[in-house]
Amino acid sequence: MTSIAKPPVKHPTARTNGRGLTLRDYEGAMSTLCAGCGHDSVTAALVQAAWELEIEPHRAAKMSGIGCSSKTTAYFMKQSHGFNSVHGRMPSVTSGAAAANKGLTYIGISGDGDSLSIGLGQLSHAIRRNVNMLYVIENNGVYGLTKGQFSASADIGSTSKKGEANEQAPIDPVLLALTLGCTFVARSFSGDKQQLVPILKAAIAHKGLALVDVISPCVSFNDHEGSTKSYAYTREHEVEAVHADFIPLKREITVPETGEEVRVVEMHDGARVRLRSTATDYDPTNRESAYAHVRACQARHEIATGLLFVDENGRDMHDYLKTVPTPLVDLPFEALCPGKDALGKLMDRYR
Amino acid sequence: MSGKSGINDFAFKMGTVNGTGSASANGLLMQAIFRMGIPVTGKNIFPSNIQGLPTWYEIRVSKDGYTARPSEVDLVVALNPATYAKDVKTVRPGGYLVYDSTWPMDPDLVREGITILGIPFGRMCVETFEKDRDRTLLRNIAYAGALAALLKIDTAVIEAMLTEKFGKKPKLLAANHTAFKLGYDYAMAHFQCPLPFHLEPMDRTGDSILIDGNTAAALGAVYAGATVGAWYPITPATALMEQFKGFCEKYRVDKETGLHKYAILQAEDELAAAGIIIGAGWAGARAFTNTSGPGISLMQEFIGLAYYTDIPAVFIDVQRCGPATGMPTRTQQADLLSLAYASHGDTKHLIVFPADPRECFEMTVQAFDLAERFQTPVFVASDLDIGMNDWMVKRFEWDDSYRPDRGKVLDAADLEKIQRFSRYLDVDGDGIAARTLPGVGGKGAYFVRGSGHDKHGQYTEDSDAYQELVDRLKRKFEGAAEHVPAPIISHQPGAEVGLVTIGGCEAAVHEAADILRAEGIHTDYMRIRGFPFSEEVRKFLGRHEHTFVIEQNRDAQLRSLVQIELGVARDAMTPILDYSGMPLTAATVVNAVKTHLAEVPA
Ligand SMILES: Cc1ncc(C[n+]2csc(CCOP(=O)(O)OP(=O)(O)O)c2C)c(N)n1
Ligand code: SF4
Repeated sequence: MTSIAKPPVKHPTARTNGRGLTLRDYEGAMSTLCAGCGHDSVTAALVQAAWELEIEPHRAAKMSGIGCSSKTTAYFMKQSHGFNSVHGRMPSVTSGAAAANKGLTYIGISGDGDSLSIGLGQLSHAIRRNVNMLYVIENNGVYGLTKGQFSASADIGSTSKKGEANEQAPIDPVLLALTLGCTFVARSFSGDKQQLVPILKAAIAHKGLALVDVISPCVSFNDHEGSTKSYAYTREHEVEAVHADFIPLKREITVPETGEEVRVVEMHDGARVRLRSTATDYDPTNRESAYAHVRACQARHEIATGLLFVDENGRDMHDYLKTVPTPLVDLPFEALCPGKDALGKLMDRYR
Repeated sequence: MSGKSGINDFAFKMGTVNGTGSASANGLLMQAIFRMGIPVTGKNIFPSNIQGLPTWYEIRVSKDGYTARPSEVDLVVALNPATYAKDVKTVRPGGYLVYDSTWPMDPDLVREGITILGIPFGRMCVETFEKDRDRTLLRNIAYAGALAALLKIDTAVIEAMLTEKFGKKPKLLAANHTAFKLGYDYAMAHFQCPLPFHLEPMDRTGDSILIDGNTAAALGAVYAGATVGAWYPITPATALMEQFKGFCEKYRVDKETGLHKYAILQAEDELAAAGIIIGAGWAGARAFTNTSGPGISLMQEFIGLAYYTDIPAVFIDVQRCGPATGMPTRTQQADLLSLAYASHGDTKHLIVFPADPRECFEMTVQAFDLAERFQTPVFVASDLDIGMNDWMVKRFEWDDSYRPDRGKVLDAADLEKIQRFSRYLDVDGDGIAARTLPGVGGKGAYFVRGSGHDKHGQYTEDSDAYQELVDRLKRKFEGAAEHVPAPIISHQPGAEVGLVTIGGCEAAVHEAADILRAEGIHTDYMRIRGFPFSEEVRKFLGRHEHTFVIEQNRDAQLRSLVQIELGVARDAMTPILDYSGMPLTAATVVNAVKTHLAEVPA
């Protein structure tokens, strides 16, 4: 994804999927995120995944809360209905939409601020309800849109743009989801398309809530105090003519395919993140071992990635609600209104 | 009123302890009177707790059909020692007090000018029933029996009702029957029965039912075709969704598969409940939530979003006293302003104001039509008195030719015919743009965003586009004035003043107007039933130099709303306010009107 508008003409040689649609058909509006924001890489992966899955764009609904991450829904699948709701409340809006129309594919995008602070309750309860949806958390450890405050996923010791160190323990969405009984839990990295695309595909295909935590660096607020290229430094050393924010252009971070289990990724602030993919003999159907794996990685200062847990036999929200196969929105009024005679009979009961 | 009580015209109340099973005995009495063809009302005055605190049930019998809370009681059954002192004071002079004479008479119960009747309910029940639980529960049926003798309730009616209720449980039926006889026989043997005021069968309830507003609103939601209900429990709104569930189980379960044609989500809080119905409304379902004031506060952000993004949703607010816990089992009409302007930014909302359960039924259906027609949140402003008390109202009717007003929704075929779909384009000049539902395909897709958007639905922070949008919303709101339920207006020849009221105050104000007329004070009457206010509301206020605005809150919220929206001068409207938490009585209104007229000659 780039922030540069592309001409609306289709390339005649562009590859099409089974529905005769090209990748471009799965793109959305021009991104207004900072150049190099990890979220745009997630968008690209979503485009790829939806194209490969041959989703009919108009049969998908894109749901989000508020934050830079939540803007993502505008940047892919422009032929799908989208709903950018309020901060932290995407899960409830999606629950309602899914209750009304079970026939659509729900793709929810949120941020770590959106989901782990203001929206923690809603995330938890959407998991509990097992709403049939993809739930992506674009996790950057900060509030991007409100300019760099710590989010609840910030690691102990990480510093804010003002140089303050975070002292509170983070909430790990993956451990949370595993604890709450989530039926699909995965983690990936925005720059690792190789891993992310198949995970997103599996998550969309999953019946029930599929939580995908994607480490997605924020180029603007990940910088640290000592750096002369840091945001704070630039602000201090700049001679201001008029007050304006300055955000240096950065490149998206990607990880090359190395075939190694642990990969070290350097973030914009110079920090290094160690990602550990699940091993080939890893059993993702065992919740306990998934939990143990994530914890063990944490102890080694590594981040567990890959498909961590899946339960394909879970009951989703509609199973609990025992709804008819037809989406409720498609039921004719005659099937819903008991009518005059029934009312007459009922009235006798209130005599 | 004072001294007027007589045949089929009196009131009595039971003072008991909550959690002791008195509710069923009280309900039995009320329903028996109703089945004797006599107009009757029951008001449950109960504490916010589950067990052990004082609770009262007031029954008013009115051959003339008045249904407001009684101003005076003729007889009190005092069964709660903790409230003896209070209860004995509430008997009108010349009235009666019944107490449990198992124990020596409490000194608190002594009062000149009333007749005190002791009945050993406790002892009789201990002697007759073995189990402690029966002894407590059946004491209630015993006092019902005594009242049946004293007030001449048709025992055949009671017997029939007990059989209906316990027919399948012969042991229980027999026990209830015995307890009833205990009270009945004791009263017959020891007192002059019936009392001077008592019941005689009539024929005035044949076309009526006894029902509470929450049940009625729930039924309205079923008949309107609502399929998604989301809520978080809160008194006094809780029973509404429970009733909706009950009706759905009755009418909306597929017989063969047992599957549901509805979805009820008990949300984690009111924020989520609002989000769910907004998501469902956007997806094309008729969706609603039931809540009370504190819940409405939590829903504010979403209400603003739905308003600004043109999404239909119905919010049924069963009002109570705030804040937080406040007095959750007391009634009030104190959410008027917060509903009218709910949320941040420039917002205004459609509201309907039912006065009784029948209107709860009808107006809930209307609320769904309004929400979809105007693509906006709509509030049904009920309250605890309407929602939780049983009211005698005309049987509900249904016209099978009714079809929901889905508003302007473009389907795939409609989209074929147009060049470009623009979500917020006001083609008809009424402020209402056509919408499409998710899944429709073609050019129908659009993006809902709380951020600035233009008429095509595209993101913009352009000042003109923003103003255009909020101006359209205003136009839409104003256009709704003639579609919300019209005010009910009545004139009396030679009327000096106007009475203006809202919602459940109707019964008391209507009765007060009759009392005032008997005393030579003629009034015109208007009950407002919808917001925005229609032209008729403006005209009524314009025609009267002076009006009384009667409502149940401290700050005269209805009067403020009228002043803000219609520009009527505050001085032209005298507030009559009752914010005691109790249902309004006619006496309150009569006294306030007379006092004011005496102070300021009209
Ligand atoms: C009720 C409410 N409170 C606060 C905000 C301000 N706000 C907007 S986005 C945001 C944080 C977003 O952080 P995150 O979800 O991590 O997304 P990011 O921008 O980092 O991608 C906040 C606090 C808001 N929009 N609404
Ligand atoms: S502020 Fe951070 S999260 Fe937001 S767009 Fe810029 S880089 Fe992305």
